[in-house]
Amino acid sequence: MASAPPALLVKDLKKSFKDVVAVNGIDLEVRPAECFGLLGPNGAGKTTTIEICEGLTEKDSGVVEVLGLRWDTHGHDLRQRLGIQLQETQLSDKISVLETIQLFRSFFRQGPQPDDVIGLVELQEKRDARVGTLSGGQKQRLALACALVGNPDLLFLDEPTTGLDPQARRQLWDLITQFKKDGRTILLTTHYMDEAQQLCERVAIMDHGKIIARGTPRELIASIGVEHVVEFSTGDSAVAANLAAFASLDGVSGARADNGGVQLQVTELHLAVPAVLAELSRQGLPLTELRTHSATLEDVFVALTGRHLRDA
Amino acid sequence: MREHPLFQLTLLRFREFVREPEALFWAFAFPILLSAGLGVAFRNQPADTVHVAAVTASIAASLRQDKLLVVDELSAEAARAALRTGKVTLVAEPGSNGSVLYRYDDTNPEGRTARMLADRAMQVAAGRKDPTPVSDDVAREPGSRYIDFLVPGMVGMGIMSNAIWGLGFSIVDARRRKLMKRIVATPMPRHYYLLSFLLWRMLLLPFEVGVPVGFGVLVFGVPMRGSFLELIGLCIFGSLAFSSLGLLIASRARTIEAASGIMNIVMLPMWIVSGVFFSADRFPAMVQPFIKVLPLTAVNDALRANMLQGSGFSQLIPQLAALAGCMVISFSLALKLFRWR
Repeated sequence: MASAPPALLVKDLKKSFKDVVAVNGIDLEVRPAECFGLLGPNGAGKTTTIEICEGLTEKDSGVVEVLGLRWDTHGHDLRQRLGIQLQETQLSDKISVLETIQLFRSFFRQGPQPDDVIGLVELQEKRDARVGTLSGGQKQRLALACALVGNPDLLFLDEPTTGLDPQARRQLWDLITQFKKDGRTILLTTHYMDEAQQLCERVAIMDHGKIIARGTPRELIASIGVEHVVEFSTGDSAVAANLAAFASLDGVSGARADNGGVQLQVTELHLAVPAVLAELSRQGLPLTELRTHSATLEDVFVALTGRHLRDA
Repeated sequence: MREHPLFQLTLLRFREFVREPEALFWAFAFPILLSAGLGVAFRNQPADTVHVAAVTASIAASLRQDKLLVVDELSAEAARAALRTGKVTLVAEPGSNGSVLYRYDDTNPEGRTARMLADRAMQVAAGRKDPTPVSDDVAREPGSRYIDFLVPGMVGMGIMSNAIWGLGFSIVDARRRKLMKRIVATPMPRHYYLLSFLLWRMLLLPFEVGVPVGFGVLVFGVPMRGSFLELIGLCIFGSLAFSSLGLLIASRARTIEAASGIMNIVMLPMWIVSGVFFSADRFPAMVQPFIKVLPLTAVNDALRANMLQGSGFSQLIPQLAALAGCMVISFSLALKLFRWR
């Protein structure tokens, strides 16, 4: 497995727009048949990175090899082998789902029949509906179908579920999971940590044009040394909470103020929760909210940057 | 053939157009409104009559013998007031010794016409007999009237405006919605994308040209002396040239506002100097070479030569060369400069 050539190889990639550095020297390697996630807040440089890999944006420096080929020498061959979904693609509202697929299919030498692609993204019922009448989730599935018409060796998905309601997101995740089972290689960008955790074998976390962590979701979560997160708030008197007192409790490895409450990094939940409750009553603080969850990629990002993905 | 990208792209253009009710309405309404406007302006009118005033009943009776004179019988004072305000062009009043006095402005051609008509009427009424009998055969020769000049100019202007507006808006809209960027992310050869716009415009050509030409020929008897096939060829040639120019105009613009600014800058001079409403020969000889190479001048000159003089392609080489030049240069520049995202 390790000896197979990578589907995508990026070395020391740099790109600036005027005086803004969008991508500041990143390395990536996507292996065949894996789903690789580029995770980071808006403005981290994910879209610039993926568009350089898609051959839509010129790089300033560095190496980009897609399926072992380079854009400057094999651009046209590469286009035939890639499936691309852009962030916020607006397809023509005036034509139907089938007509859209037929249009995109005509650009590729080989690929499945338009009706088969429509079946793949479960839009059979909307086959003859105008694109303008589709819901957000259906449009996104159509955009996905347009990426699949050439039977691509490598699929680029840029923020595939942004702006969708939870049900539509689930549906799209199921589709992407199905593509993974079919053995397709996928590079996807997202700022939803649950999406990356759900879909990706490996992720790289990007912030300010750099990759700040990489690995499997499990490895990354393990790397911050906490298994659980306990969040509580004490109503108006939150400021009175003594962070240091909580950080030194049994089973707690760290504490930080967060959104008017307190967030504790916890290694042993069964010790930490009783200790927190005892400490609160010792300080005479009322408990208005208490939540615990297993550590996620979001917590990894918070631990690395001190910011949340959504408000970074 | 259905699977060919160029076919599919042209189909996309065509579908987007015919499924947009407003665009379709204006595309159909404009040539019809234009033709209707011409119909009103050039409807068949009787020969012009001349308004004159007579001060006495006997003079009025004499003048009324001529059908081209409309005679008002007024007091001397009222008649002169009417002359001053232009309501009549001549006043006939009794002079001394039984003569008749004509008051009129001899620097106004209509005044001199009125003088001749009034005098003829007075003399005939008084018993003059013409020594030589004459009769009139009024000739209004098709091919030399203003309407004959105007219809080919309107056709040329229509081809230009439709191609440039139609292309400019569709392209900027596709760019703004990132539809273009998405299509460019596929292996589609880029010149197909641009060519599809040219083909789409050509599909609409039969209507854009057919309505004004058909109206001109059927209603006004505008002659079509040249080869019909060559006329079609000229329209296709013109459409290709203007569509290429439209591609070039829209090659960089990101907003509709920016595009319409450039479109107006390009089209306005041609509306004025390229002989749509009046002959381009009115401009100084010095600028004629520049006017002649403008694509609208070439189209208008070629259409007029075909329809009115029956000229063939062999006599229209300079015009065809100007159009070919415009097409090749604009299309290659557009392909080079085009902003694909």
